[in-house]
Amino acid sequence: MNDIVISVRNLVKKFGDFVANDNLSFEVYSGEIFGFLGANGAGKTTALRILSGLSSPTSGEVMVAGYDAKKEPEKIKKNIGYMCQKFSLYEDLTVKENTMLYGGIYGMSLPLIKKRTAELMEKLNFSDYENKLISDLPLGMKQKLAFSVAVLHEPKIVFLDEPTGGVDPVTRRQFWEMIYEAASRGITVFVTTHYMDEAEYCDRISIMSDGKIVALDTPANLKKQYNAETVEEVFIKIARPDSPPSPLKGG
Amino acid sequence: MQKVIESFGVGKKFGATQALNDISFEVNESEIFGFIGPDGAGKTTLFRIIATLLLPNEGEMKVLGLDATTGFKELRSNIGYMPGRFSLYQDLSVEENLNFYATVFGTTVQENYDLISDIYSHIEPFKKRLAGKLSGGMKQKLALSCALIHKPRLLVLDEPTTGVDAVSRSEFWSMLAKLRKYNITIIVSTPYMDEAMKCDRVALIQNGRILSIDTPQKIREGFSKRLYRIRAQDKYKLIIALRKYPNTNTAYPFGDSIHVTFIDNAPGDSLPGFLESEGIPGVTIEESGAGIEDRFLELMEKTA
Repeated sequence: MNDIVISVRNLVKKFGDFVANDNLSFEVYSGEIFGFLGANGAGKTTALRILSGLSSPTSGEVMVAGYDAKKEPEKIKKNIGYMCQKFSLYEDLTVKENTMLYGGIYGMSLPLIKKRTAELMEKLNFSDYENKLISDLPLGMKQKLAFSVAVLHEPKIVFLDEPTGGVDPVTRRQFWEMIYEAASRGITVFVTTHYMDEAEYCDRISIMSDGKIVALDTPANLKKQYNAETVEEVFIKIARPDSPPSPLKGG
Repeated sequence: MQKVIESFGVGKKFGATQALNDISFEVNESEIFGFIGPDGAGKTTLFRIIATLLLPNEGEMKVLGLDATTGFKELRSNIGYMPGRFSLYQDLSVEENLNFYATVFGTTVQENYDLISDIYSHIEPFKKRLAGKLSGGMKQKLALSCALIHKPRLLVLDEPTTGVDAVSRSEFWSMLAKLRKYNITIIVSTPYMDEAMKCDRVALIQNGRILSIDTPQKIREGFSKRLYRIRAQDKYKLIIALRKYPNTNTAYPFGDSIHVTFIDNAPGDSLPGFLESEGIPGVTIEESGAGIEDRFLELMEKTA
């Protein structure tokens, strides 16, 4: 197997008495498309914040892109990309201004930003849109651009939060092809989603429930193991809480 | 059987944008009727017209036998509308929201409690909590309870499951199925193709136009070609190679496989050898039935 780019050992995160992440251990490899699933409040967001250097673990060892999440969160931030469907780009800036802004934030040199932007415009067939405001673009284009901007600095890992929600089936497939292409270049793609058919595209998935990882395998193996037709069925079998539902905000 | 909704050539423009174009369909009594389409397809605009909150520019919308543009006063007391954005009062408690909606519609929670008990019982333990502090799934249950509290004849649910986890989504659909016994007609929109299977009939909608209306099963059967699922370890390489294969008609990634149609309607004996020569070993090819999303893709290609 490939190199390990995310290594989590006995990760615990507590807020007061509440254990949001209860002894998580897993590894993610370079070039892997990894799906991180769980019901609302299962602890996904907490773990994601730790993996992206925004929050520190209470205990345990978390290494992301070769850096320790406890000691070097700033280095982690430089080596990852992040995209969520709705809020990734600045709507009142143009396409080019967005690439300039993100390239600048990630410390890329101006010539490099210009070169990558030009390549990107050509690859996406966006040349006529370079100076258009994001708010004037159709959703499908925004989404492809948001992903491209998230990997503009060629990060080791890109985190995608519900990447394809709401787009038409053709755009959705073009988007997954972009993800496959990035993965084939060695970029690790870490996907969190509520939508189990997005999970079917992943190489491996983990399912969280009540702060713990309760399943981790390829979609095909999990379907076999739980005797289910779809990942959605697997998820419902695993994640349906036996205890009364918690009303707390989360997700 | 009485038609609950009759739409004839409905169109709606916002400035230069044609949001809805020649929308015609009928919804029968007690049906669960789904509008399936991506963001921007026109679902919300259509639902607002049905809920008497927007006027169409063209055509006629009849709801419960009344014209939606003139009969709105009577219609509003017979429609339960759950908008896509959570629109309850975040600074009122669960219980206060429910009482508020009951009072606005001139009824009481007690009077129609049996209708909502199955849904409301999930959130009743938290009835003192502010609505703004509930989780997504709980908000959705409260919003549904509020939309139902005046016992409407028609329930209009605009993307009720967007942003809600799979467990809550599946609970939500079983709640809708249970409402059948109260003779409530339900129209529901969703961008998620897999939810089409939970509806009695669906309309596929894209760019303001209806692509197809039928039972989910019939829509799947409408797929015009034989469909094959092809799998290999490296999906990206597999797609690229399949697109090079001269007999390939379409090749789309679909979860863990690639869904492929062929010009000759069959892969041909040379495909395994071709893929092998492209450096893709261990390929499996199996014929498979088409899903709603396959058919949606096919209809999109035809209208493109």
